[in-house]
Amino acid sequence: MNIFDVIGPIMIGPSSSHTAGAVRLGNLALAILGESVKEAVIGLHGSFSQTYRGHGTDLALSAGLQGWATDDIRIPKAFETAKQAGISISFTTINLGDFAHPNSVRFWLTGVKENTCVMTGSSIGGGRVVVTNIDDFPVEFSGDFPAILTMHRDRPGAIALVTSILSTQGVNVAQMKVFRKQKGGLAAMIVETDQPIDDTAFEAIGKLPHMQSVRRIQRI
Amino acid sequence: MNEKLSLQEWIDLAEQENKDFGDFCIEYQVKELEISKEMLLARMEEMLHVMQQSVEIGLTGIQSMGGLVGGNGKKVESYRAQFADKSIVGSVMSKAIMIALAVGEANASMGRIVAAPTAGASGTLPAVLFSLAEVRGFSIVELAKALVVAGAIGMVIASRASLSGAAGGCQAECGSAAAMAAGAAVDLYGGSPSQVGQSVAITLKNMLGLVCDPVAGLVEVPCVKRNAGAAAQAMVAAEMALAGIESVIPVDEVIDAMAAVGNAMSCTLKETAQGGLAVSPTGLIWANKIIAREESTDKG
Repeated sequence: MNIFDVIGPIMIGPSSSHTAGAVRLGNLALAILGESVKEAVIGLHGSFSQTYRGHGTDLALSAGLQGWATDDIRIPKAFETAKQAGISISFTTINLGDFAHPNSVRFWLTGVKENTCVMTGSSIGGGRVVVTNIDDFPVEFSGDFPAILTMHRDRPGAIALVTSILSTQGVNVAQMKVFRKQKGGLAAMIVETDQPIDDTAFEAIGKLPHMQSVRRIQRI
Repeated sequence: MNEKLSLQEWIDLAEQENKDFGDFCIEYQVKELEISKEMLLARMEEMLHVMQQSVEIGLTGIQSMGGLVGGNGKKVESYRAQFADKSIVGSVMSKAIMIALAVGEANASMGRIVAAPTAGASGTLPAVLFSLAEVRGFSIVELAKALVVAGAIGMVIASRASLSGAAGGCQAECGSAAAMAAGAAVDLYGGSPSQVGQSVAITLKNMLGLVCDPVAGLVEVPCVKRNAGAAAQAMVAAEMALAGIESVIPVDEVIDAMAAVGNAMSCTLKETAQGGLAVSPTGLIWANKIIAREESTDKG
C-alpha cells in the first residue's frame, strides 16, 4: 500500500470499504473476465450481505463491472445504465465461512463472448481490495500492480518461460505466486509487475507450450 | 507489503537528521513512490481541492441517501454568523465542527469526497486543516505537506492495526483520522517529530474502544457527528503535545493496543449494524423504515 491509499482515493461516498472498494472489486472482476459483462450473479458475504443497500454496495459493484472509476458521479445510476446496456446483474447472499473477510464478494460472470469466470475478493478497508480466488484457485493479489494470470499445465520450465519473456521486454516482477491442484495437473500463476505488460509480451506468453489461458490485468 | 511500520522509527530518524517531520515524510514518500516532491505535493493539493468542494456540497444543506442526516453543517454556519460571542469552544473549533459535519453530510449523500483514511471518517482531516488554516493563514503547500504527515501516520496505523470499521471498529476510522489530523496539526504549528508522535498516541488513547454501530448500516448516524468529535479530539491532543505533554505509553504500543482492542471487539460492534446504537429501539425503527423503503423501490 502507499500513501494515496490512505489520503484517497477521491471517491463517491458513502463508504470506502463498501462503495469505493466495491467499485474496484467490480473493476478487477471485469479485468479478469477480459471482456464486457453480459450476465453477473453477485454473492455478498458478511457485512457486505447485511449493509449493502445502505452503503450503495450493489450500485458500486455494478458500476465496477461497467468499468467505471471510484469517483465516477454516475455511480448512483449504475443499475439504470446496466439495464440500458443489456447487462443482467442479480444479487444473492452467501456464506464464505468464518475465515473470510467480513466484506467479501463472489462474482459469477459471463461475458459477451461467452467466456466465464468466478472471482472472490474482499474489500479490506480504505478502498483497498484483495482478490482471493479465481476459478477455484486460491490466489492473492491487490490490483495495485499490473498483473498477468496464467492457467497452465504444471510442467518443469513452464514458469521460467513466462518470466524470461517478461525479462526480455524489460518488465520487472514485483511479486509472483503459483498454485496447483495436483502435481502435473492444472496450475495457476499470478505475476505482479512494476511495468505494464505490452501486447508483444502478452501474446508471446499466450503462445507458450502448456499454456491454457492468459489474462492481463491492468493496474486499477 | 505486510511489513509492520514503526512511527517511532521514523520519528527517531527525523530527529537524528534534525529534520522537520513533514520534510522527513516527504523525502521518504518521494523515494518510496519514485516521484518528484512537486508531483507528490501537487497530488495532495488536488486532494485538498476536492475536500474544499465537499465542504461546499455539505454547506448547501444537502440531505443524505437514508434521510437521517443533512443540514447540520449549515446550522453551525448560521450559529457562527449570528452568535459568535456565544461559542463555547471558540471560533477555530466551531469552524472545525462545521466543516466536519458538512463533509460527512456530502459523503452520506453520495457526493464526491476524499477518503482520508476512509469515507466514513472523511470529515475529520479537512475540519482540522481548514479551520487552522483560516486562523494561521497556512498556504496550500503547507497544508499539502501536512497531508503527507497525516498519510504517513495512517500508513503506520494500517500496517500495525487497521483503518477499517469492519475490522477494527470506529476507533480504526474516526480514531485514525483524528490521530492523522493531530499529527498534521502539530507539524503545521512547528512541533517536533517527537511531538507529532505524542499527539498521535494521545489521540488514539482518547478514542480507544470506539465501536462502529451505524444505524441501518448507513454511514450517517452516528458517523457524521463523530467526525466533529474526532476533529475536536485531534485538536485537544495536538494542544497537549505542543505543550510538551507526553504519553506514558509509546505511540507504536498504543497502535498495537488499538489492534488488540479491535480484535477483541464483538462482530456486532464492527460495522454489521447488529450492536450499539444500531440496535437501540429508535435505531431499529429507522432501520426497518429504511429497509422497507428500499425494498419497495424497483432498482431494475
